[in-house]
Amino acid sequence: MSSTENEIGRPGGVANGLWGWLNKRFPAESILNDHITDYYASKSLNWWYVFGSIAMLVLVIQLVTGLFLTMSYKPSSAEAFASVEYIMRDVEWGWLIRYLHSTGASLFFVVVYLHMFRGLLYGSYKKPRELVWIFGMLIYMALAAEAFFGYLLPWGQMSYWGAQVIVSLFGAIPFLGESLVEWIRGDFFISDITLNRFFALHVIALPLVLIMLVAAHILALHEVGSTSPDGIEIKERKGPDGKPVDGIAFHPYHTAKDLVAWTAFFFVFLAIVFFAPEMGGYFLEHANFERADPLKTPEHIAPVWYFTPFYAILRAVPDKLMGVIMMGAAMVFLFFLPWLDRSPVKSIRLRGWMFKLALTLFVISFIALGYLGTQPATTVYTWFARLFTAIYFLFFILMPWYTKMDPVKPIPERVAYHG
Amino acid sequence: MDKRLLLMMLLAVVPASGFAAGGGAPLDSANVNVADTAALQRGAAYYVNNCLGCHSLEYVRYNRLADDLGLTEDQVTENLMYTGERIHDTMTVAMPADDSSVWFGRTPPDLSLVARSRGEDWIYTFLKSFYVDPSKPTGANNTVLVGASMPHVLWEQQGLQRAIFHEEIDEAGNPHTEFEGFELVSAGSMSPEAFDRMIRDIVTFLSYAGEPMQLERQRLGVKVLLFLLVFFVLAFLLKKEIWKDVK
Amino acid sequence: MSEDVDRSRRHFLGVATGVAGAAGAAFAVYPFLASWKPSARAQALGAPVEVDISRLEPGELVKVEWRGKPVWVLNRTEDMMGYAEKARAEDLLRDPDSEAPQQPEYAANETRSIRPDILVVVGSCTHLGCSPTERFEVAPADLGPDWFGGFFCPCHGSKFDLAGRVYKGVPAPLNLAVPPHRYVNDDVILIGADSGVA
Repeated sequence: MSSTENEIGRPGGVANGLWGWLNKRFPAESILNDHITDYYASKSLNWWYVFGSIAMLVLVIQLVTGLFLTMSYKPSSAEAFASVEYIMRDVEWGWLIRYLHSTGASLFFVVVYLHMFRGLLYGSYKKPRELVWIFGMLIYMALAAEAFFGYLLPWGQMSYWGAQVIVSLFGAIPFLGESLVEWIRGDFFISDITLNRFFALHVIALPLVLIMLVAAHILALHEVGSTSPDGIEIKERKGPDGKPVDGIAFHPYHTAKDLVAWTAFFFVFLAIVFFAPEMGGYFLEHANFERADPLKTPEHIAPVWYFTPFYAILRAVPDKLMGVIMMGAAMVFLFFLPWLDRSPVKSIRLRGWMFKLALTLFVISFIALGYLGTQPATTVYTWFARLFTAIYFLFFILMPWYTKMDPVKPIPERVAYHG
Repeated sequence: MDKRLLLMMLLAVVPASGFAAGGGAPLDSANVNVADTAALQRGAAYYVNNCLGCHSLEYVRYNRLADDLGLTEDQVTENLMYTGERIHDTMTVAMPADDSSVWFGRTPPDLSLVARSRGEDWIYTFLKSFYVDPSKPTGANNTVLVGASMPHVLWEQQGLQRAIFHEEIDEAGNPHTEFEGFELVSAGSMSPEAFDRMIRDIVTFLSYAGEPMQLERQRLGVKVLLFLLVFFVLAFLLKKEIWKDVK
Repeated sequence: MSEDVDRSRRHFLGVATGVAGAAGAAFAVYPFLASWKPSARAQALGAPVEVDISRLEPGELVKVEWRGKPVWVLNRTEDMMGYAEKARAEDLLRDPDSEAPQQPEYAANETRSIRPDILVVVGSCTHLGCSPTERFEVAPADLGPDWFGGFFCPCHGSKFDLAGRVYKGVPAPLNLAVPPHRYVNDDVILIGADSGVA
């Protein structure tokens, strides 16, 4: 790289001018270097690795569209439902902003689930990335809370009865339960008061928590570096310049790749927004086009699709308290993944048949539970839900053994990259 | 595996297909086209004349209707507005909610979003499924919404029909009544074909009312996706170009 | 950067992607900005207002609200029109011939109105937006001998004559605005629209 290009082409070869003035007072250049231009990641990262940056993109989309929705939305039980239709019909382009937000909510979960699955594939939770994983799980929990609070806001039948059912879950807690439920609602039923506080949590508290957790997640990641699908740590082999020989700078290489991924994501996202915003009743449920009525439960209620795997686990257990505990455990187990996995290797490419089989069964169970959660709880479906619940938990409970016994391949010296 | 479970797995297919329909009577396909402006105009007129007396469209504005249905505001004022509303108003009903609640047992619901909550097929089938039932206070019943409090408003056009049921014993040995079909008892002022078209027009209009921006949404969507295709090619070529550095 | 890289191709693709991306971003921003325009409901609430003047006695003023502003409809007596002419003749007014665009074309005349007797103006002071009070008496003690009846703004003492024309030497720079309006028939004025349907 020539010296002239250094002066003009990128910030900071020569610390002078406005940029120099700024950097003597604020570490702009070192932040850029640390996280963008001098952050090295394996050149063998495949397309599974794009979902993290897509998730950030969706977060920004949700923040911006959400901000504009609050400008016309009314958080009161008398006005909420009508104010959503006001946005859909009377506000110029309001329909687009609302569909972007409602579709974005569902796609956030699609992207986050794929991102988590990438973590399972390539052992992204294993030492030294335990904290990256735990921050990520906290993001997932905060996102679930954010989605739950947000779903009440349109004040449709599903909003109302979904909140009713989920808030009632806390009633399962012995002794405290009923008073806790009352405390959460601030009333004796899901009311105007509940809606108002859920609104505050949805638009202020949880977005702030999410942004801070995302920052922590990225800082922790950039401290330890990304995994690679080959299963090696690129930091262990550095060239004479001190850079990992198998790594390439995040910018421009990974950013150029992420741009392609973002475009593909936008294509799918906007195809849904413009041609199937209801997504057959999965993204916007039909019953939610009816105003909340505390006296009439819809014939068939199910949570939005991204909660249905956990809902299916809840229903599979015949005891209320145990059901709630199992549902909570289904999320909590994920936090312990870094310590349950005893395998000496990280990547799926180096693992033996045992982990591959376990992971396959786990994914099948998760999807099957997700499907069953959308269906009425018939006897047969309940038995299936119990079967898949058992597999779901066995994946975690047996993990210390099968990962240890698994016949693994040796960790390679260098990444495999073939242009 | 226990034999009972195996048996239930075999039977799983049956309830699964039954629940898909939502538990009610099977619905006929309305098969309407919201882009058909003539049908929308007819549907709007039918709606105003036959339905708006009781069922408001509280989110639909008359001037928006004029724009979207290719009518002038004068045409809407003369043909679709009767109760002294102004062109910017929404389509409300004059009947006080308390009175209608007494007359019909419940306040007739607003139908702005019925096409999105119930679906086009449901409205279509519901409107064609009134039959004579002297046991009901309105003299009519409905196979889609059993015990509906709504009277058979369009009886003059459709005529009166009788529902034919028969007793059946299901696999479990329980008797239940099975609906077979309708039989016209006395002809209405419209032929069955003309009546069917009228109902389709009303459904078309209600589908529009549920989401007035749906055509605009799809038109814009085509342009947006075309732009993204072009941008994808550019971004992809740029990525390939930059990645030539990576050996 | 290796030698076999085609720099012009790379440059072209970079610029093309950047330009297309910027265009896409601009299109994406537009709906968010446009969502701040007055909504259909705001337009419905700001729709033209009808005023029935059949029972408006000579010398009587009626106030109606249009788009959040007070609109005055004043039925001027013969005397009042005479006094307005006097203020004009004595060169007390800043813009006696209504040259500033504070009224539609059809009200840019001596009486600042469509019908000579009926005055329609927006009753908010052109200084800082207070609403002046009506003072129709001639030469009261507090307003002095040069007062021929008109509107007096209590906030900063601006004065307007009975055609809404601003006096000289007061803070208000312009005559009171005449809103777009038209006569539906002899008895009904429609405020907020001058053509098209109601």
